[in-house]
Formats: sequence, C-alpha cells, structure tokens
Amino acid sequence: MHLILFFVFAGFCLAGAVNLLVQSHPINSALSLIVVMTSLAVLYLMLGAEFLAIAQVIVYAGAIMVLFTFVVMLLNAGREARTRGSKAALAVGFPAVVAILAVIATVILQAQGLGAARLSDGLTDVKGQTNLDQLGAVLFTKLLLPFEVTSVLFLIAILGAVALASHEGSKAERTGEE
Amino acid sequence: MNINFAQEVPLSWYLILSAVLFSLGVVGFLIKRNLITVFMSIELMLNGVNLSFVTFAQQWHAVKGQIFVFFVMMVAAAEAAVGLAIIIAVFRVRATLDVDRIDRMKL
Repeated sequence: MHLILFFVFAGFCLAGAVNLLVQSHPINSALSLIVVMTSLAVLYLMLGAEFLAIAQVIVYAGAIMVLFTFVVMLLNAGREARTRGSKAALAVGFPAVVAILAVIATVILQAQGLGAARLSDGLTDVKGQTNLDQLGAVLFTKLLLPFEVTSVLFLIAILGAVALASHEGSKAERTGEE
Repeated sequence: MNINFAQEVPLSWYLILSAVLFSLGVVGFLIKRNLITVFMSIELMLNGVNLSFVTFAQQWHAVKGQIFVFFVMMVAAAEAAVGLAIIIAVFRVRATLDVDRIDRMKL
C-alpha cells in the first residue's frame, strides 16, 4: 500500500517537474508546479509530517502559487521564446547538474543505516502526542525567538513588496531610463 | 537492510526523489527563458530540499527537521512576495519578461 502510494505520488511529482520544464507557457508551468507541491504534501503525510502536509497545501499550493498565477495573469505573459541560452549555462551548468546529481545519488545509495518509512509511523512513540503537539512544544519554547523574528521578516517583506510594486517608486527610474 | 516492501519504503528512495527534484529545478533555472518560470524553478529546488529535511526528520525521529521545513516555507513565502514584486517592477521598466533581454547589469 505504502509502496503503491509512494510510486503514484513520486510519479506525479516527477511528471509535474518535467512538465514544468517542457511547457512553454508560464501558466502551464505554474499549474504543473501546483501538481508537484500537492503530491509532495502527500509524501510528507506518508513520512509522518501531518502539519507540514497541511502547511504545504495551504502555503505553497495555495498562497504562493496563487501569487504566481496572479502575476502571470497580470503581466499577460505569453509563450516564451526558445533561445540558445548562455554559453556558460551550457558549458558549466549542465555538467555541474549531472555531477551534483551523481554525487548525491552515490552518497545516498551507499549510506548505511538509512531506515524505511512505515505508514502511520510518526516521530513519537508517546501515546496521545501528535506531530502537531511535538512541533508546537519545540517551536514555542526553544525556538520562540526565531519564530517571532519571522514575523518581522514578513512585515519587511510586505513593506518591500508594496514599495517595489507601487507606481510612484518606479517613475523616476523610468524617466532615467528613457 | 531488511525491508518489507509491502508496508515500507526505503528512505533512500525519498532522498533520491528529492535530489532529482532539486536537479530538475536547477535545469529549469538554466533552460527557462521566462523570468516567472525561472522563479518557479527556484521554488521547485526549495521543495526538493524540504523533502530531504522531512525524510531525515523521519530517519532520526527528530522534530527539528520538520521545524526547519516550516521556517523554509515562511521564508519562501516572503521571498515569493518580494521576488514577484521585483518581477512586476522589472516588467514595468523593461516591458519584457525575457531573461535574455534583461541584461543591463551584464559586463
């Protein structure tokens, strides 16, 4: 059962990622990225991370991808032109990708002591303690300061996004441009 | 390693999947010519790394890995907001999304 689920959703994941690469229209790429993220949520669920599975669906497949599709719509992005790309990408990039993948795959396949994931095998053996209980206990005691700092990060990100996307800020740049 | 394949999946398969997703993200970053799709490839890389964090959290029964993924998600949300605002600003100035034509900072 677990194996079938893994293969189905890993297949969805890879198909979505490859589809992201081959599609030439950005909206198709965005939709296939949603497929990738939603199937990753199922994989998180199988790895015993219930909270992260829900957060993946809400934050990634929900909020972030809505932002992406909204921007694609707003900018009326059409088909992308197929060009050769830079020489540096061809000469260094692709061999580097292959090398990284080969190194990571060999290390993982040779690693000893990697276990196996069982369905409904959470992080804890304590009865009545869910994944969310554990996460909350650590997040709101030990890691309270980093958690609060992220709220400041969000505030700055919101301010930055508004400042960057507002019309007023870019007027001077545009007159300087032309 | 003695694995009963009916109920269990080796964690190394999850790690391989995450490595492949990361590599596909890098390839997309290199071959895509649309600014928005390049940005999506970065999100794909982040997702690949997140999967390996969750896998290792399961391996060592440590909740810290999952908390790290939570923080990565928050930073990715902030990054998407700022990055897409930058894309809108670039589009307003250059009237294109083609990365080959946004080369003002090129040497």
